[in-house]
Amino acid sequence: MSEEFISPDIHHEHVSHESEEKAHEGLNTKVIWKVFWILLGVTVFEVSISFTSVPKTILLYTFIALTIVKAYYIVGYFMHMKFEKIPMQWSILLPFVLIVYLIFILIYEGTALGLITL
Amino acid sequence: MAADTTVATKKSVWDGGHSPFNVRWGKLYMWIFLVSDAFTFSSLLVAYGTLRHRFTDIWPTPGEVFTHFPFIHGHVPLAYVGLMTFILIMSSVTMVLAVDAGHFMKRKSVQLWLGLTIVGGLMFLGSQAWEWYHFIEGSKGGAYVLADGRFARTDDLEPGVLKFHGGKSVEGAEAQALISTATKHIEGANLRENEYGNTPLFGNFFFFITGFHGFHVFSGVVINFIVFILVSKGALDRKKDYELVEKVGLYWHFVDLVWVFVFTFFYLV
Repeated sequence: MSEEFISPDIHHEHVSHESEEKAHEGLNTKVIWKVFWILLGVTVFEVSISFTSVPKTILLYTFIALTIVKAYYIVGYFMHMKFEKIPMQWSILLPFVLIVYLIFILIYEGTALGLITL
Repeated sequence: MAADTTVATKKSVWDGGHSPFNVRWGKLYMWIFLVSDAFTFSSLLVAYGTLRHRFTDIWPTPGEVFTHFPFIHGHVPLAYVGLMTFILIMSSVTMVLAVDAGHFMKRKSVQLWLGLTIVGGLMFLGSQAWEWYHFIEGSKGGAYVLADGRFARTDDLEPGVLKFHGGKSVEGAEAQALISTATKHIEGANLRENEYGNTPLFGNFFFFITGFHGFHVFSGVVINFIVFILVSKGALDRKKDYELVEKVGLYWHFVDLVWVFVFTFFYLV
């Protein structure tokens, strides 16, 4: 295994309470409420721009981008993923590459089927 | 970093003897379950996207379907689902505050925040029941399948007007003539047909995706309630370990996360 996975505080027999508590330093009540306001603000923004005359395609990509922003804050802060070890982060997040692939092939397929029958 | 530190020889984190993820097994197991559950929801939403692209010419516009709001007469598109999103995000915040209080073993504080999370979950479920009711009930006028095969919706706020997909509409005598020769009148929604568009798939996906998510919320409320009782009885104080709150917290945030995606891909776009 490469050097970057080795860090001194994981050479314990088990997960100690000190290292767990250290990991929670990034998340306190202030940060939690900050994340709440970001999530609320993004949602209000999404609902309000859905009524404007912005072109549909731009709206679509804006919504997808903002959804990923919201997912980042929920998984990263609320689910604490931002403060986990790097191998843990990769193990959980990497499989979702398959979903990106699934979206690509099936949306492409659906569009093609629609065009054939027109 | 005291007595329990092993001699730091140069060995890989994967050689055993310690946790390479620095996460206890229970929490890791919850994460593995959530990944598989996320795959299930992804498949449902991708299937929705595929068939929506296939039937792009007849698929209903969500902004014209979800227009009800309690005590308001008229069309208020998306406001109600916006409110539901707010309720769920709020309950996610109270849950993360409960987890935070658990790290400091503050039982009273955990009880308060976990209790509020349960209330938030019940509010969301109530909102969803209200939304399902209006989706199934539909409008007073319903929709018609015309003699030429076209699909036309009525609007309770503009009686006598027939609206087609894409914004075109007819009214007056012309609309009356079309209605009198219509082959089918659809009111509300079920698994076979719905008045929102000329495809049963829209209703099917609505019931299945929001229903599957709603069932997750329901299970989450039940699990939160069980943990609430355990906390109240002091079981976690005796164990000196509030990891259980953290684990149900992960599940609850996941339910919120899924709703963020359902909200975007079912209601917004």
